[in-house]
Amino acid sequence: MGRYVIRRLLQMIPVFIGTTLLIFLMVNIQGDPIAGLCGDKQCDPATITQLRKDFGLDKPLWQQYLTYMGHVFSGNFGTAFNGEKVIDLMGSAFPVTIRLTLVAIVFELIIGIVFGVITGLRRGSFVDTGVLLLTLVVIAVPTFVTGLLAQLLLGVKWNIIEPSVSSEAPLDELIVPGLVLASVSLAYVTRLTRTSIAENARSDYVRTATAKGLPRHRVVIRHLLRNSLIPVITFIGTDIGALMGGAIVTERIFNIHGVGFQLYQGILRQNTQTVVGFVTVLVIVFLVANLLVDLLYAVLDPRIRYA
Amino acid sequence: MRGATHAKWAACTVAVALAATACGSGSSGSGSGSSSSGSSGSSGVVSASWGDPQNPLEPANTNEVQGGKVLDLIFRGLKRYNPKTAKAENALAQSITTKDAQNFNVTVKNGWTFSNGEKVTAKSFVNAWNYGAALKNNQKNASFFQYIDGYDKVHPETGKATATTMSGLKVTGAQTFTIRLSQKFSTFPDTLGYAAFSPLPQTFFTNHSAWLAKPVGNGPYQVQKYDRGSQMSLRTWKKYPGPDKARNGGVDLKVYTDNNTAYTDLVAGNLDLVDDVPANQLRNVKSDLDGRYINTPAGIIQTLAFPFYDKAWSGPNGVKLRTGISMAINRPQITETIFQKTRTPATDWTSPVLGKTGGFQAGLCGSKCTFNAAAAKKMISDAGGFPGGKLTITYNADTGSHKVWVDAVCNNINNVVGNDKACVGRPVGTFADFRNQIGQHKMTGPFRAGWQMDYPLIQDFLQPLYFTGASSNDGQFSNPQFDKLVNQANAETDEAKAVKTFQQAEGVVRDQMAAVPLWYQNGSAGFSDKISNVALNPFSVPVYNEIKVG
Repeated sequence: MGRYVIRRLLQMIPVFIGTTLLIFLMVNIQGDPIAGLCGDKQCDPATITQLRKDFGLDKPLWQQYLTYMGHVFSGNFGTAFNGEKVIDLMGSAFPVTIRLTLVAIVFELIIGIVFGVITGLRRGSFVDTGVLLLTLVVIAVPTFVTGLLAQLLLGVKWNIIEPSVSSEAPLDELIVPGLVLASVSLAYVTRLTRTSIAENARSDYVRTATAKGLPRHRVVIRHLLRNSLIPVITFIGTDIGALMGGAIVTERIFNIHGVGFQLYQGILRQNTQTVVGFVTVLVIVFLVANLLVDLLYAVLDPRIRYA
Repeated sequence: MRGATHAKWAACTVAVALAATACGSGSSGSGSGSSSSGSSGSSGVVSASWGDPQNPLEPANTNEVQGGKVLDLIFRGLKRYNPKTAKAENALAQSITTKDAQNFNVTVKNGWTFSNGEKVTAKSFVNAWNYGAALKNNQKNASFFQYIDGYDKVHPETGKATATTMSGLKVTGAQTFTIRLSQKFSTFPDTLGYAAFSPLPQTFFTNHSAWLAKPVGNGPYQVQKYDRGSQMSLRTWKKYPGPDKARNGGVDLKVYTDNNTAYTDLVAGNLDLVDDVPANQLRNVKSDLDGRYINTPAGIIQTLAFPFYDKAWSGPNGVKLRTGISMAINRPQITETIFQKTRTPATDWTSPVLGKTGGFQAGLCGSKCTFNAAAAKKMISDAGGFPGGKLTITYNADTGSHKVWVDAVCNNINNVVGNDKACVGRPVGTFADFRNQIGQHKMTGPFRAGWQMDYPLIQDFLQPLYFTGASSNDGQFSNPQFDKLVNQANAETDEAKAVKTFQQAEGVVRDQMAAVPLWYQNGSAGFSDKISNVALNPFSVPVYNEIKVG
């Protein structure tokens, strides 16, 4: 187990370097970011030269990258164009997005798995067809449509929620945006659980457990569900990263000042420091989430061992 | 009928929202406000939409609208532009006098302080200006100080600065100082209303990061709390000595990720003021807000600029070609159908906010800016057609929905020349890249150019854009006659005569068609029924201190 974890951690290094380098190149390929700082006017050339020097943009790209990575390893993510430290931006953005992601994941877990189990156990029933249709609709409708509809109906027409989330972004205000963010993944979790449950429901160990006279809820939860969760956990694990980075649409609609908002602004202003910094953290989140998923396998299915 | 139901809706939602959030300040504020006539800080607070400022919030470093809003709330300079007439009026200046349009004596009014109690003196200005001009401070508005003598020493084009203060600024007393310019510039005092010329307190220099976290100024409001990237709460500064005291308890500027969300919040009653109504809501705005919508001209003009560094465009047939293009554009049609009348067809190269006395001349462009398919076609073919048979209009695709109007303009031109492949838009991915390509002189055809005035002077619409080698002369237009007239106008001590001479210079711009004027941009705003007396100033920033709550 320990060796497995170390091997996985070591594997992260090339992935980490590769992704950051790619992002670094992609942001830089768009051209000189300083040119856009003065609006429709020409910046005065002396200030441009000075700013370029201050941000290290006068050096060759490989050197910029090396310096940047050197700083990152000492915990310095640089300064955004508005004079704020990127680490401070992260400090304000990540907690919000993590809260939003948690809300989304909780919805995925609870609603997705419950619907999945119910439909998996009652295949072909009225409930199954209904949920099947519903998931298809949710998957087919883009998030921004769901989001804008929820905002318009719940926020403006029925006045159940506030149409925008306040800057503190407390949990209760994040329920609807979280649900919107979770919607598509939620549908996938439902479908995945359903298939997995349906497949395992006919397996020998379930029949044995039932034959032993175990109560039905115990058979379903301890035996059937536990073995059926592996694909679902895999999906949710990868989804954590996707939700955090992909919350941009939801965050824009509901005015949430999270990672998506900062990334969007960073890209629009071509702020290498912000974009690479945020993506670096997202990459780490993604990698760690995947590692945790792999480790969870052993808990769910003791036959899986990491030598 | 629709409008009426919408209004009822808005009123209901506002009432419910008030009740739901148990927002006592709204109702009690109006009560106390009437008894103590607005001076009490407990009267209502205006919540307004805001965008994250692009640069650090320093007066000489802020060159866009979002940061500018804050500066307008917390700073007052020597002059202030009248929110209605755009005239520069004395604010902190007791007097600014000159005999030769080059040396100025300034007396700062007594009795003004910063909100931390520090007195505003001549030094507060001189130190601030020296800070703004110094190269090492990277201030993006440094060039505003370029006319002051000694600027080239503290801010050389290349190399290191050889001085830390400008020799043209001398403190002569507690409240007096002198300015010496490096050239004659009669309307210079009128530029001093620009935020870059604001005074700064000592704490700005001694504890810079603390100041940035919570800016201290001398305006009608003080910053109560600033959460970067999400909200700035400003409250009325009760001891503000100026005549333009705040008529409300304060302003909460809320950062919105999207102006559509801000608009939704306004309709739902969670927000009082939106100063950027999204384009796709313009159709509903009248019924949604029941008349609580403003659409007034701002000091912004959009033009098509040309690459005069390219032989194809600067050649002998250039004038005909550029005029032909101008006449091929159906401005009223585009401003009505695409912009829903939030733009006004341009008929000169300045802006209506200047007013007649300020130099605005409606119809100066005349037939050259009026759609005339036959004449345009003849002009273009007389000029030998487009260089290479093709016309590309470059624009940035990331903001401002420029694609829509560029396509419409091209469509106009294609119809005129009878070739639907003659004109195409050339999008550039980001604004920074667009500016970059312009700066490197890579344009091969006309490109989008927008100009937002820094101060309401005709000089600001002409000199930076068309003077040889000027800072924003992106197309490198150069005309000795124009340069001569501008220099003459700047040396003119009589303001009316100066304006006249600038108008003659504008005549040169017209005859040469140095840029094709497209339309004047309006500022648009919508507000809730909780507030009244809302207006936009000539810079399209809401006049926050005049807003009444309740």
